[in-house]
Amino acid sequence: MSAHKIVPARHWGQRLVAVFLIATVIFGVYVVATSRHISWSTIPQYIFDETILDGIRLTILFTVLAMVISILAGAILATMRLATNPILSGFASLYIWFFRGTPLLVQIIFWFNIQLFVPTIDIGFLQVDTNVVVTAFVAALLALSLNEAAYMAEIIRGGLLAIDDGQHEAAKALGYTPTQAMIRIIFPQALRVIIPPIGNQTISMLKTTSLVSVVAAQDLLTRAQNIYARNFLIIELLIVASLWYLLMTTVASGLQYIIEQRVGRSSRQPLGAWGAILRVMRAEGTKG
Amino acid sequence: MSERLDPSSAIVVEAIDVHKSFGPLEVLKGINLSVRKGEVVCLLGPSGSGKSTFLRCINHLERMTRGRILVDGHLIGYHERGSTLHEMNGRELAVQRRDIGMVFQRFNLFAHQNVLTNISQAPILNRGQSKEAAFARAKELLKMVDLEGREQTYPSQLSGGQQQRVAIARALAMDPKLMLFDEPTSALDPELVGEVLGVMRKLAAGGMTMIVVTHEMAFARDVADRVVFMDQGVVVEEGPARDVIDNPQHDRTRAFLKRVH
Repeated sequence: MSAHKIVPARHWGQRLVAVFLIATVIFGVYVVATSRHISWSTIPQYIFDETILDGIRLTILFTVLAMVISILAGAILATMRLATNPILSGFASLYIWFFRGTPLLVQIIFWFNIQLFVPTIDIGFLQVDTNVVVTAFVAALLALSLNEAAYMAEIIRGGLLAIDDGQHEAAKALGYTPTQAMIRIIFPQALRVIIPPIGNQTISMLKTTSLVSVVAAQDLLTRAQNIYARNFLIIELLIVASLWYLLMTTVASGLQYIIEQRVGRSSRQPLGAWGAILRVMRAEGTKG
Repeated sequence: MSERLDPSSAIVVEAIDVHKSFGPLEVLKGINLSVRKGEVVCLLGPSGSGKSTFLRCINHLERMTRGRILVDGHLIGYHERGSTLHEMNGRELAVQRRDIGMVFQRFNLFAHQNVLTNISQAPILNRGQSKEAAFARAKELLKMVDLEGREQTYPSQLSGGQQQRVAIARALAMDPKLMLFDEPTSALDPELVGEVLGVMRKLAAGGMTMIVVTHEMAFARDVADRVVFMDQGVVVEEGPARDVIDNPQHDRTRAFLKRVH
């Protein structure tokens, strides 16, 4: 009796859907691959096109700069939001409310057209035409950074609030100055909470940069659009751009995974390379 | 213990008419207390009596509503200008707190740092100690709290009793003039209470000035020079530890001691 074979329950519904999905995917691939309206041979031709590669460089530059600026600005906003002074916290709340509440696309177009109501930038001895300073690149970067800063502020604030009050009190009781306590005790612990969402935001930012193509900021999508405006290979160039976006987000996800593995380790483990980075960051704040 | 105490020794802590309200709730209604160098004072009383709040006023973790506290002759937390007290900024408070060690009920070790860093970082940063000196001192202190060789351990790997002993070592590393203990054994499993009290006995015997909020009557009776019994924000009774605990004069003290014994 004990030798009976055990057969797990079969989920026929799921199997049926699976078969349907396979069929759909095969059909979809067949339609696209055999389409006479897509000239597949042009894709390899454009994938390493110099213009496209330039666009990728700019897309990466936008992503990196926007993330760096927004993390710094977000840290400042988060600190302000947590301040006891109602004007400081009120300002931070207002900023976050405004920049999260209006579409990024609108903000990009707004910054690009800023010269319409600020025609010149006048700082006493120096007067410049706004259009000279706020190029498409600057307008795009401003919009991406200022918008992202609002999200960053909330992420960082969440991280800071996640730290137990006892850690603040112990640091105070030991005579740490507020700056020392922040740099050495609170922030390193908050980082564990902050890093994963920052990774998500970075991956999202890689794709969000494509919005700046509306002001022709010369990112990857702008370049692809420039090319297909001339040769009408619209789908082909969108495929080229998509392949690159996929590659970039995949690499970024991989990096995120590695970083999270390091940061997410339980606090009992030495942090290895990540710990070394933290140590460098702390050393910079020694005089704080 | 009181034999070792010289009655003429200097006053380390002087609290005068300390009041504290949380909104409409007055938790301290005029506390007066002075503690001499080397003295061990236990604050006793039912929960909600204000003893922890008072302790936290001594290093200005809690802002009092009225009164003043002097540690080593220095007004804590405020600059006195004419008839007004101006609260110090975070930096100035930090300087004052460096001379006042504190041990918390929940240990509050820095979770991201190993035991060595927990103990040695503050003296390296703010006492101008070299790494070598601070590490050597940390090792010494770990030996004192019976945790030799645990430098590289992280707080999460330690039992509550061990964490609390590290916390005591961490506070001592700053060479404080005064140690405050805020219910140091209340969060511990019963079998771990003894090891922490043992370290505190050692400290008391070494002449450290200590103010201890505790529910450990046996410890208070044995170790304290003086106990202060608080209830509803006032000092009900105070005196030599054995006198108050063995022969309380006040009804409220009697009722409380009957409950905890």
